[in-house]
Amino acid sequence: MDLTLKIWRQVDAKDKGKMVDYKVTEISGSMSFLEMMDVLNEQLVNAGDEPVAFDHDCREGICGMCSMYINGEAHGPDRGVTTCQLHMRMFKDGDTITIEPWRAAAFPVIKDLVVNRSAFDRIQHAGGYISVNTSGNTQDANATLISKKAADTAMDAATCIGCGACVATCKNSSAMLFVGAKVSQYALLPQGQVEAADRVRNMVAQMDLEGFGNCTNTGACEVECPKGISLDNIARMNRELMKASI
Amino acid sequence: MLDDLFRRIFVVTILTSYTMSGFFKSSIGRKVAMALSAFFLMFFLLQHLSINILSVLSPETFNEVSHFMGTNPLVQFVLQPILIFAVVFHFVMGFVLELRNSRARKVAYAKNNGAANSSWMSRNMIWSGMTILAFIGLHFVDFWFPEMNTKFIQQDWSGTMEGVEGLRYHHELVEKFVNPVRVGAYAFAFVLLGLHLAHGFTSAFQSMGGTAGRKKILQTIGKAYSILIPLGFITIAVYHYFNH
Repeated sequence: MDLTLKIWRQVDAKDKGKMVDYKVTEISGSMSFLEMMDVLNEQLVNAGDEPVAFDHDCREGICGMCSMYINGEAHGPDRGVTTCQLHMRMFKDGDTITIEPWRAAAFPVIKDLVVNRSAFDRIQHAGGYISVNTSGNTQDANATLISKKAADTAMDAATCIGCGACVATCKNSSAMLFVGAKVSQYALLPQGQVEAADRVRNMVAQMDLEGFGNCTNTGACEVECPKGISLDNIARMNRELMKASI
Repeated sequence: MLDDLFRRIFVVTILTSYTMSGFFKSSIGRKVAMALSAFFLMFFLLQHLSINILSVLSPETFNEVSHFMGTNPLVQFVLQPILIFAVVFHFVMGFVLELRNSRARKVAYAKNNGAANSSWMSRNMIWSGMTILAFIGLHFVDFWFPEMNTKFIQQDWSGTMEGVEGLRYHHELVEKFVNPVRVGAYAFAFVLLGLHLAHGFTSAFQSMGGTAGRKKILQTIGKAYSILIPLGFITIAVYHYFNH
């Protein structure tokens, strides 16, 4: 298929940036979206132009690196996928595709479609862990009894890959689905109880400090999340913070 | 013994208010504050509609209840200030949050497909809210300001007026709905209120951390509430327009 691409080009963090039109031809429906981007970049390099910078790593939907706001949706029009898992068969011959970086004050653009998501790392550092001695005398994992339901729900929360689609999608650029998932994965397990109050207080404080917006419960994040992280995690985080504050 | 108890209560109160003040400064605390004021306002709507229904069923009872609400010191000097505070707080906080959220995304998307992942109501709470605010302005001019003038400036707490037999409230209500433009404006505002509630009802529970595992039933109640409450108010206005 032949496509017109409208892509955000920005030389560096200080550059104002603009949308630039490109044409790509003979794109197969079996290609992933990133492979289509590779074709475009090969074309640009051969013509002596600067290739489009975009984040990617594993290309199998697990690392959370690939971003891109495609035709007005995080990771494009498909559900439960990252951009590397998005197939070109989702588009039609002759389509115009708009490709932009994640837009949030807390995710500044580094170059073209690459944004700085270090804010998520700093939120994790503020409390997204449990303090366990790992040098010698490591306890057997099965020694602590955990109900199947709690283990499953915690695991569901832990499948968050920190891609930032929730922030990009949210009309308020809120990071509450991400922080809710990271708080929940520990709040549901006995190992997470010891630092539970400090964890939620510190992570929420860091989230606010980073300049993310306030959640207004539109639910867009849950729909666009490639891992299907549930809004229940935000409700649980709200409960955890209330519990920690009273 | 008693001293010790009072000291303990004092310390706990100070500590709790200190930690809670920090809580309400956080983004989640603000959500909870919005939800708490929303719960109060939703309860008020239910109470207001219940009284309005009486204006159709029994004008005499409507007059008596209105007179009680308008003259009872607990309602006038405790509940009314709380209601005014809740309304002002809900609106001011709504604007503050909107402003903060707009700062969280400085560059807008060239193409954004919000309809693909969220409802119109959830994305436009500020607009439905502003319509409701305009309606409250009209409602205050129609009812609240004249009522305050009669009671607090003219010092007339009798609930009567010249040319009207018995209590005046039903007469005043019906008089307002003679004008079709006003009935239309009321109906439009209540449709927007319905859309506001369609998102706001479940959203308030979610903010309080309550929806986990109970989504379906809350969504059903929310849907019923957001349709029935505005429909009730509109039906009453239309009824009085055709029966004045």
